[in-house]
Amino acid sequence: MLTARFDALRARGRRALVCYATAGHPDPERSIALWQGLEAAGADVLEVGVPFSDPMADGPVIQASSQTALSHGVTLEAALDLVSRARLGIPVVLFSYLNPLIAAGPGVLRRAAEAGVHGVLLTDLPVGSDPAREAWLGAGPLAFVRLVAPTTPPQRMAEIARHGRGFVYLISRLGVTGVSAQLPTDLPETIASLRAVCALPICVGFGISRPEQARLLGAHADGIVVGSAIVRAAGESVDAAVALARELRGALDDRAS
Amino acid sequence: MQTLGVTDGRFGAFGGRYVPETLVPALDELAVALEAALADPAFHADLDGLLQHYVGRPSPLSDAPRFSALVGAPVWLKREDLNHTGAHKINNALAQALLACRMGKRRIIAETGAGQHGVATATVCARLGLECVVYMGEEDMRRQQLNVYRMRLMGATVVPVTAGTRTLKDATTEAIRDWVTTCPTSHYIIGSVVGPAPYPRMVRDFQAIIGREARRQMLERAGRLPRTVVACVGGGSNAMGIFHPFVDDAEVELVGVEAAGHGLDSGAHSASLTRGTPGVLHGALSYLLQDAHGQVHPAHSISAGLDYPGVGPEHSHLKDSGRATYVSVTDDEALEGFALLGRLEGIIPALETAHAVSWIASHRGRWTADQPVLLCVSGRGDKDVAQVSELAHAPG
Ligand SMILES: Cc1ncc(COP(=O)(O)O)c(C=O)c1O
Repeated sequence: MLTARFDALRARGRRALVCYATAGHPDPERSIALWQGLEAAGADVLEVGVPFSDPMADGPVIQASSQTALSHGVTLEAALDLVSRARLGIPVVLFSYLNPLIAAGPGVLRRAAEAGVHGVLLTDLPVGSDPAREAWLGAGPLAFVRLVAPTTPPQRMAEIARHGRGFVYLISRLGVTGVSAQLPTDLPETIASLRAVCALPICVGFGISRPEQARLLGAHADGIVVGSAIVRAAGESVDAAVALARELRGALDDRAS
Repeated sequence: MQTLGVTDGRFGAFGGRYVPETLVPALDELAVALEAALADPAFHADLDGLLQHYVGRPSPLSDAPRFSALVGAPVWLKREDLNHTGAHKINNALAQALLACRMGKRRIIAETGAGQHGVATATVCARLGLECVVYMGEEDMRRQQLNVYRMRLMGATVVPVTAGTRTLKDATTEAIRDWVTTCPTSHYIIGSVVGPAPYPRMVRDFQAIIGREARRQMLERAGRLPRTVVACVGGGSNAMGIFHPFVDDAEVELVGVEAAGHGLDSGAHSASLTRGTPGVLHGALSYLLQDAHGQVHPAHSISAGLDYPGVGPEHSHLKDSGRATYVSVTDDEALEGFALLGRLEGIIPALETAHAVSWIASHRGRWTADQPVLLCVSGRGDKDVAQVSELAHAPG
């Protein structure tokens, strides 16, 4: 379903809007309303963040949302339950740290697929780090999406691209998740060097919050991922987050016209 | 030197490199730089010189006549408390700081619990002219105010961490976040045998000087190897440092003492090896305190340096392979050990070390007179005196 979505976008010359939201934030019920609202606003893919107690790759906004979600008792199994209740028409990618997945046991990938999840992305399982677990994830029912960082050398980019499924997630800049006023000026070149070794669609994430950033990146990447900005807005209200998604959708489509 | 079951940065099933992609090239760079440094006589000359003339090594091996009389066997004390800055932590901090210089990285990041690793890192950064940023949980800053002041005196920036349990776990997470942001120009000096490869092996090798000296000193002074080597285990660096050179001596028993906090069944302890299950935290697979959902369970110990829900992966391997044994000691028992060594030997140990003291004391009669016990006195107790005196005067 991920691949079909990107193929359809490519055929129409459109860019993907990938929205991240932490499962169970601001609370379980509003989490479902938020996801449905993001779909209605034109999101192409939803990344559902699995709350974790020690999110070492996340900045303050997503850390706080994880804490809130955990205080509502939302862990991996509860997140899957929310996904199945949301009945979304867009592909869902689970965004998790490895430990909750290990603790959930080998059947978790099947359960996630049954709940309506299509892909999985792990912040702390880089390519080559654990062949047995990577093989388990790669052979399962979910598309195993891999990440490329600004520090990744070209040869390794190619290796990551070979292992990836669905799309490749390019981290825009050094650091943890969180909105940035400025993206690196050499980001277009980074995208181009990844493009040279990667047949999969490329989505750029980390730091993106504003329409002009979406417009700029739309000229180079196949999609953008918006996380902290959505989560921060959702902390105010579901409507605010949905409005932001709509605005970013508009900016991405604008580019094409 | 032996490499027990180490393949590809793993110790049996444990260890690994579970980190964000951004850090993978930084860890590769570190592994290459480490190998080059270890093969370079100039690196060893610099390190050995500073260990001798700045840290004060070799540290003494003290006999402990009155404590030995109580235990019923000769107990020997490896005196890491006599190192400059008062704990074993400086062995590793110094070596890693020299490595950072070789890599051209002039900004150092560290996490600290008890403050001993932070102080050691601030110290070597002052000596080598490096910028130093130390992450420390707010709760630990309260427990270890004196060490916060010491770090700042030496020019380090101490950043309070208010996330989660506000202790070592969260300080480590925050230090990793800094490193993900600054890895091209900063080196992260992890304070124990934890974290992603190559850290656990590197820190062990830098701490193994404890065991190499102690093994030689035991042969010289006691005329034989110890029957049992005992050390406290937080992340596990002083224990790995003293254990490592004895791992191939099959007749030497290795005992690691974890913090049982309010008791193993209280839910408030730091006994990851005794009560944890394998899981991934801070870049490595190892025994971990966690719930059924894979969320990390907050640790507790009276000693900030043991207050950590994980443990170095090599200890997990030594436990599963049966080569080492892991036991635990409660807060109250540790306080008894703290007082005991002061009263009997005139050595006030760190509260961390006091756990190991207490375990030996409570096992008096376990050894015969020809079975020496070697205890790693990982640090001195000055940093803990204020906290302990408050407890002693607390009502109730
Ligand atoms: C004196 C002392 N001993 C032991 C420890 C525990 O660390 P490790 O288990 O890595 O030796 C600490 C940590 O701060 C310490 O300060």
